[in-house]
Amino acid sequence: MAEVLVYVDHVDGAVRKPTLELLTLARRIGEPVALALGSGAENTAAALAEHGAGKVLTHDAAEYADYLVVPKVDALQAAYEAVSPAAVLIPSSAEGKEIAARLAVRIGSGIITDAVDLEAGDEGPVATQSAFAASFTTKSRVSKGTPVITVKPNSAPVEAAPAAGAVEALSVSFSDKATGTKVTGRTPRESTGRPELTEAAIVVSGGRGVNGAENFAIIEALADSLGAAVGASRAAVDAGWYPHSNQVGQTGKAVSPQLYIASGISGAIQHRAGMQTSKTIVAINKDAEAPIFDLVDYGVVGDLFDVVPQLTDEVKTRKG
Amino acid sequence: MSLRIVVTVKYVPDATGDRHFAEDLTVDRDDVDGLLSELDEYAVEQALQIADDADDADDAEITVLTVGPEDAKDALRKALSMGADKAIHVEDDDLHGTDVIGTSLVLAKAIEKAGYDLVISGMASTDGTAGVVPALLAERLGVPQVTLLSEVSVEDGVVKGRRDGDSASEQLEASLPAVVSVTDQSGEARYPSFKGIMAAKKKPVESWDLSDLDLEAEEVGLEGAWTKVDSATERPARTAGTIVKDEGEGGKQLAEFLAGQKFI
Ligand SMILES: Cc1cc2nc3c(=O)[nH]c(=O)nc-3n(C[C@H](O)[C@H](O)[C@H](O)COP(=O)(O)OP(=O)(O)OC[C@H]3O[C@@H](n4cnc5c(N)ncnc54)[C@H](O)[C@@H]3O)c2cc1C
Ligand SMILES: Cc1cc2nc3c(=O)[nH]c(=O)nc-3n(C[C@H](O)[C@H](O)[C@H](O)COP(=O)(O)OP(=O)(O)OC[C@H]3O[C@@H](n4cnc5c(N)ncnc54)[C@H](O)[C@@H]3O)c2cc1C
Repeated sequence: MAEVLVYVDHVDGAVRKPTLELLTLARRIGEPVALALGSGAENTAAALAEHGAGKVLTHDAAEYADYLVVPKVDALQAAYEAVSPAAVLIPSSAEGKEIAARLAVRIGSGIITDAVDLEAGDEGPVATQSAFAASFTTKSRVSKGTPVITVKPNSAPVEAAPAAGAVEALSVSFSDKATGTKVTGRTPRESTGRPELTEAAIVVSGGRGVNGAENFAIIEALADSLGAAVGASRAAVDAGWYPHSNQVGQTGKAVSPQLYIASGISGAIQHRAGMQTSKTIVAINKDAEAPIFDLVDYGVVGDLFDVVPQLTDEVKTRKG
Repeated sequence: MSLRIVVTVKYVPDATGDRHFAEDLTVDRDDVDGLLSELDEYAVEQALQIADDADDADDAEITVLTVGPEDAKDALRKALSMGADKAIHVEDDDLHGTDVIGTSLVLAKAIEKAGYDLVISGMASTDGTAGVVPALLAERLGVPQVTLLSEVSVEDGVVKGRRDGDSASEQLEASLPAVVSVTDQSGEARYPSFKGIMAAKKKPVESWDLSDLDLEAEEVGLEGAWTKVDSATERPARTAGTIVKDEGEGGKQLAEFLAGQKFI
C-alpha cells in the first residue's frame, strides 16, 4: 500500500490530538509514516505507533527552535524525498499551513488547506472544506503533483490501530535560507489547566455582553463546571478582557466542539466563521433579535448575569 | 537609502453579503459587492507607519499590488486613499480561477518586476482564508518570511516583529529584503481622509497582464490550477432551535437541555 507522510505536532514528545486524528485520515488513503522534529521527537514514537504509524522518522537540531518555519520545511522535504509518499498530511495550525505551502511549491504540487474531512477517491484523496464562514461545503482534490493537505482539529476520531512504529533517524541538511528568520526571544503561554481551545469537546465563550475582565470569572466558572475551554469574541479581546489567544473566529481560533455556549455574543459573521461547525450551539443573550439565535439548538433570551451562574450551580448540583 | 515597500491587497466579496459559488465553482463575483479585504487594511496601515518611521520618510515608497478582475481597482483605490503612493493591477482573463500556488506565482513575478525591499501582506484573505500566500511569496522570492506579526518595525535594514503563536509568543528578526504578514492585532487601520480620497484619484495605477510578467496562460487560471474543486454545496440551514425567555428559571431550563443531550 502507498505510504502517506504525516507531519507530527508535538510538545517535547507529547503528541497533540490533531496529529492522532490525522493518522486516522491517513489510514484511509494509505499507510502512515510519521515525521517528528525537534526536542523530544523520539518520544512521540509510542503514541504514533499505537495510532497506526508504520514508521516514525525523527530528527532534532537547534535550528527548529532558533529559526522560523524554513528548517522544518527542509526536513519535511528530506522526508518527502526519502518516502515518495502518495500524500502529505499536516495539521492546520498557522505554522502547519506555512510549512505545507512552502513544501508544495518546492515539490511542484497543489495544496488544500483547512480540510475538515478526507476520503480516498479515484483520482487521489478528496478533501472536504468548509467555505464562506461555513455556509458552503466543498469537495476538492489536488490535481498536480503529490497532494499536500492541511487538516483542521476535530476533523476525525482518534482511533487506536497498533502498527510497528519503527523509529528511523532522518538525515537532514539545511538550506542556506533556513536561518533567514531568527527567533530572538520566546515567552511561553502560561497554562490555565483548561483544555486546549481548538481541541476541547466543550467551549464556553463570552463577548462584549460580559462587560469587564473581572466578569469573565463567571464564564470561567461555567467552563470549569463542564470541563470546557474558554473562548472570547474579538470585542471582548479588543477591550482587553481576555487574551487574544482565546479569541474564536475568523482571525482567532476555529473551533468545532461537541458543544459551544456563547454568552453575550451577537454572532457577527466573523465570529460565526470560527464556531459555526460546532455540533450543538447554545446562546445566552438579552437581545431576542441577536443573529446568534439563528444558529442555536437552544437559546435563552435573558441577562447572562442571571442565567450563567444559575446554569453553573445546576451543572455542579447535577454532577454532584 | 530608499525603502521600497510592496503591499499585496486582495479584492474580495463582502463577507456580510450573501456569498456563493458560480457555476464553474469559482467565487461568484457578480452578485455580491467587492471590497478591499479588511485584513489587508492592516497591512497597508503597517506599511504607512513603517514609511513614516523610515530614516528619510520622503524616500520610502509604498506600492499596492493586486491580482484580480477589473473591479479589483476599487481595492487599489481604497489603499491609495489611505496613503499608498502607487498601484499595480495584474489583470488578465486567463487568471480567472487561479489557486494559491498560481496566485503566489503571479504575485512573486509582479513583485520582482516592481522592485522591493519589503513585502507586506495580510494574515489571510477574507474569502479563501488560506493564510499561505505570504509564506509562498517568501519561498518563491528566496527571502526570509517574518509572518503573522502583531507588532512590526524596520530599522537599519532589519525587520523585527512579534508573532503570537499557540504555545508561545516569539520575537523575530530578519534582514531585508523580506516578506512580512501582519495580523489584525497589529494596530487599527486608519480611515481614508477626504484629502486622501481626492489625492488617490491622481495617483498612478499601472495595469499588467500575463505577457508583462512572462507568464503563460497554462501556468495559471482554472485550467492551470494545481487543485480542482469537484463540488460546492450550500450547508442546509440549521433547523430552528428552541428559544426560551428567561423568567427566572432560564439557567435551570438550559441545564435540563444539556442533560438531555448528555453534556452533563
Ligand atoms: C476582518 C475582521 C475580522 C474579525 N475577526 C473576528 C473574530 O475572529 N472573532 C470575533 O468574535 N469577531 C471578529 N470580528 C469582529 C466582529 O465583526 C464583531 O465585531 C464581534 O464578533 C462582536 O463581538 P460581540 O458579539 O462580543 O459584541 P457585540 O456585537 O457588541 O455583541 C454583544 C452582545 O451581547 C449582548 N449582551 C449585552 N449585555 C448582555 C447581558 N447582560 N446578558 C446577555 N447578553 C448581553 C448584546 O445583546 C449583544 O448581542 C472581526 C471583524 C473584522 C472586520
Ligand atoms: C472558499 C475558498 C477555498 C479555497 N481553497 C483553496 C485551496 O484549498 N487551495 C488552493 O490552492 N486555492 C484555494 N482557493 C483559491 C485561493 O483562495 C485564491 O486563489 C487566492 O487568490 C489566494 O488564496 P487566499 O485568498 O486564500 O489567500 P491567503 O493566503 O489567505 O492571503 C493572504 C494574503 O495574501 C495576499 N493575497 C492573496 N491573494 C491575493 C491577490 N489575488 N492579490 C493580491 N494579494 C493577494 C493578501 O495580502 C492576503 O492578505 C480557495 C478559494 C476560496 C474562495
